[in-house]
Amino acid sequence: MSLVYSEDDRMLADTAEEFLLSKSPVAAQRTLRDSKSALNFDNDVWQQMVELGWTAITFPEKLGGLEFGYKGLGAVFESMGKHLTASPLLSSVVLCGSLLEQLANDSQLEWLNHIISGEKRLALAIDEKARHEPFNFQTEAVDVADGFVLSGKKVMVMDGLSADGWVVSAKHKEGVSLFIVPFSEDVIVKRTNLVDSRNYAELTFNELTLPVNALLGNPGDSIDAINHSLDLGRLCLSSEILGASKALFDMTVEYLKTREQFGVKIGTFQALQHRAANCYVELELAQSCVIAALSNADDTKSDLGLSASLAKCQVSKAADLITREAIQMHGGIGVTDELDIGLYLKRIRVAQMSLGDADFHQARYGELKNKM
Amino acid sequence: MVDLEEFRIQVREWLEDNCPESLRTPTPDGELIWGGKTPNFTFDDQRLWFERMRDKNWFCPTWAKEYGGAGLSSKENSVLESEMRKLKCRPPQINLGIWMLGPVLLKHGTEQQKQQFLKPMARGEVRWCQGFSEPNAGSDLASLRTSAQDMGDHYLVNGSKIWTSYGDKSDFMYALVRTDPAAPKHQGISLLLLDMHSDGVKTAPIHLISGKSSFCEVFFDNVKVPKDNLVGELNGGWQLAKELLQHERSAMSKFGEFQLPTHFDLMSLFNDYMPAPHTPSEQSLFYKAVEADMQEHAYNLTVQRLTQEMQAGINNFGLMSIMKLVHTEQEIIKFELLLDAMGYRALGWEDNNFTEQEQAINRAWLNSFSQAIAGGSSEVQLNIIAKRVLQLPENKGAQT
Ligand SMILES: Cc1cc2nc3c(=O)[nH]c(=O)nc-3n(C[C@H](O)[C@H](O)[C@H](O)COP(=O)(O)OP(=O)(O)OC[C@H]3O[C@@H](n4cnc5c(N)ncnc54)[C@H](O)[C@@H]3O)c2cc1C
Repeated sequence: MSLVYSEDDRMLADTAEEFLLSKSPVAAQRTLRDSKSALNFDNDVWQQMVELGWTAITFPEKLGGLEFGYKGLGAVFESMGKHLTASPLLSSVVLCGSLLEQLANDSQLEWLNHIISGEKRLALAIDEKARHEPFNFQTEAVDVADGFVLSGKKVMVMDGLSADGWVVSAKHKEGVSLFIVPFSEDVIVKRTNLVDSRNYAELTFNELTLPVNALLGNPGDSIDAINHSLDLGRLCLSSEILGASKALFDMTVEYLKTREQFGVKIGTFQALQHRAANCYVELELAQSCVIAALSNADDTKSDLGLSASLAKCQVSKAADLITREAIQMHGGIGVTDELDIGLYLKRIRVAQMSLGDADFHQARYGELKNKM
Repeated sequence: MVDLEEFRIQVREWLEDNCPESLRTPTPDGELIWGGKTPNFTFDDQRLWFERMRDKNWFCPTWAKEYGGAGLSSKENSVLESEMRKLKCRPPQINLGIWMLGPVLLKHGTEQQKQQFLKPMARGEVRWCQGFSEPNAGSDLASLRTSAQDMGDHYLVNGSKIWTSYGDKSDFMYALVRTDPAAPKHQGISLLLLDMHSDGVKTAPIHLISGKSSFCEVFFDNVKVPKDNLVGELNGGWQLAKELLQHERSAMSKFGEFQLPTHFDLMSLFNDYMPAPHTPSEQSLFYKAVEADMQEHAYNLTVQRLTQEMQAGINNFGLMSIMKLVHTEQEIIKFELLLDAMGYRALGWEDNNFTEQEQAINRAWLNSFSQAIAGGSSEVQLNIIAKRVLQLPENKGAQT
């Protein structure tokens, strides 16, 4: 298992860094927030990401992908975290794309082509509770003559607004199943505004009829695929949180070196030095977990769950510590909207809660470890 | 002195008769009443309650009657506070002046100042703000530079303040100003009372991460201040500032009581949002909440002990100096746990699909960070404990 980025990964990371710095810096996210855009991400930037090949990175060549692996994609997510870039890369490509890759039949693979080409977006509708509990849901699919009838309500659907369709989990008489629901006026889509000003939707299905070919994979046989795709999402999200935390930490260390009180730089106070050093320690530990999990996704898929939960838990905890310290060490100016600290705090808070927070992943890690 | 039990009965009867039913609930965001020239009543019961408490002289229950107080003893005041808490009476008003400047003026003000400033304060007619911090004088407050020049019959104030809470809504400011630029930094500072409606005062709001803007920058351009508005000795302001900050910190450790949902009951909110924790992750969260609740219980007992020690005349500077630190740090932890329990329901932003309580919790969470910075950061509190309470030796490198 390789715990360092390869030459190729680093080249990808450099391109990403260069691109995002010029096309999607933090200031652009602030503008996006203040303009109350309907989409909550910049579609031009998104199309350029597609042109850069980011939507194809992980998929095999025979499906139109670059077969480049998750370590490379992780580097891209880290960069997006650093610049707070909002995009449907996670929702459409990582989560829905990987489900299609695992489960789609030939005609359903059309969706994957469209996702890679950026023509269409899918969003994953799985959560129904306030906290992430992927297999605790009520949404139900009932067999009818020429298809299914779907009823239920999904929350926290990332990038679910203005999507071309949704991948929806539902109870079926055979067990947990997945359905592709193309956009339709019959689906009630409600906007959810969260502190990170990104795109979230609540979806309600009132006895929506779906054709036979809406079913993704075999009925009652999608738990493993869901877990696998969620884990891939968690890795990418962990990389994003890591990137955001590093940026925030760098800003804070810089401030310790410039702000003066009592005639000295505040970074000379040992009380602050040790805490900053501690943040560094936690970041480094988290980074190892993230890169190990990315590596795992590329090499062996066997214990992806364990390493994904380890990464998401450790990085979320490190991120919480760093946001808290960043604010505190900036003093009064740290709680103003003028600085970017608040933007990082808000994004990190939502990201660490999405797809399972530290407590969720700690518990899951324990369960998986027990089974080994 | 009336027997305390009898006093308790009288107080309860009066509160039951006079506190409108609508004001026996926690104060929602935005319904806190600030005393001042134009109190911000939104419905009539608020005015009624304000006027009744004012006429009872219970805005400042322990102050002497001649300065607008009710002359209650500290024990009687505890009775009043506990009865109000039992009936869940909202505070009729809040006013920084009463908590912070008031006690300092009572002790150090001239008779004329007491008459001029304390009485309207006790009637909730003047809103006060605190002009201490400056861009380069935060934790190192004593290096402040806003100057007051002696012009014979008045002072001329020039400079600026920052992070002034409600500076744009206040009628008066108690400000620290430099009156002797040549003296060592702690020895050239004075405490001045400054009319915010004077010519040359300008304010600019600063936006907070909570989406609100409760503080601002304040600029002084040749502002004239009467010489009678100097409190205490000329260049003797630092000592007063230290006293005042002590009052601020005890007020801050109490302030939360007034504003939902700070000082919230973590366990009961956990019960609302995460009833019957069943998954392992919910259970682990639940026990973290129990831990925080026990810590808070210890804090609450310490508050009680502090009050009783004060009533018994015991010197308790050490104990006093831990209160603000403990309270504000505990609140941050409680909010983090509450957010974990609430999942995305705690993260709504300007979205009415979230309940009022959920939105209030979100803003209070974002605000909780401020409290560990305002009124002297946690680090400054720890320094005070280390230096003044434990009397640990100084690091000669830094002149704090
Ligand atoms: C919500 C809010 C309301 C406020 N309201 C008012 C008000 O009404 N009036 C007013 O005058 N001020 C007000 N303030 C200002 C407040 O008093 C200052 O923010 C505070 O004193 C810290 O100063 P600073 O912001 O300049 O931070 P700095 O002093 O620059 O501190 C930066 C960091 O360095 C740390 N630090 C500094 N010195 C030391 C040291 N010796 N050892 C270890 N660590 C150290 C600090 O703890 C902090 O973490 C308010 C602040 C906030 C957040």
